[in-house]
Amino acid sequence: MPTREIAGKTVQVNEEGFMTVPGEWTKEIAEALAKEEGLPELTAAHWQTIDFCRKKATETGSAPTLRAITAGAGVSTKELFTLFPKGPAKKVARISGLGKPEGCV
Amino acid sequence: MTEQNRHVAFICSKGNLDMAYPALVMGWAALGNGIDVTIFFTFWGLDLINKARVDHLEIPPVANTSMKMNMMGVPGYVGIPQFMGGIPGMTAFATALMKRKMEQLEVPPVREYLQMLVDAGAKLYACKMSVDMMGLKMDDFVDGVQSIVTAGDFMDMTEGAQTIFI
Repeated sequence: MPTREIAGKTVQVNEEGFMTVPGEWTKEIAEALAKEEGLPELTAAHWQTIDFCRKKATETGSAPTLRAITAGAGVSTKELFTLFPKGPAKKVARISGLGKPEGCV
Repeated sequence: MTEQNRHVAFICSKGNLDMAYPALVMGWAALGNGIDVTIFFTFWGLDLINKARVDHLEIPPVANTSMKMNMMGVPGYVGIPQFMGGIPGMTAFATALMKRKMEQLEVPPVREYLQMLVDAGAKLYACKMSVDMMGLKMDDFVDGVQSIVTAGDFMDMTEGAQTIFI
């Protein structure tokens, strides 16, 4: 499994650049990954989404789908697509230090 | 010159419940991956955006050779005899069954799914010829349908898009 350095920390990642060990994730890493994804800064609403995804992944073992996020994180579909424009599915999961969501909805 | 974003266009021509989902599922996946989505509803596909019809889409067991009784818990792949499929109530029964299965998978109903796609930026259009044929107007459609367009308009707005006919 390849590794890379993000925000001064060496972490394990897969071929697509998703972190594979959720425990290695830090808030600084999230901020660095967000910049890579074209988000200049993470606002409270971004964190609300990220925190929900982290919590859900701890419970279920995988990143939540977009619908699971809009149903549980208190952000609407419109807000989610505004917070993480151009492809929230991968962006949210990657910034949250999780794998790609498993599930189609 | 900026690079053009990937664009997928769906043509929905069927109004049966099972045929409503392919464009919704793939369209949602596309939007989630940052791909532009356009959906053109034509012929029976107009039922998917018709306010009066969208909550009442059905799936008939008649002439559907893939629908086996294992969906009802009968082991193996035992078919539903075609003459039974034609008995009044069988379509309602099959529809209720499919809706229940979808609900168990946490798949939203068609109306809600469409709204999710619209909120995520999908553009929905109704086919002019079908609309005229069926005597419909904009008021008959769910919110989020942009306009009634001709086949030529659709070609113009999907230049460079990958098109999927359903």
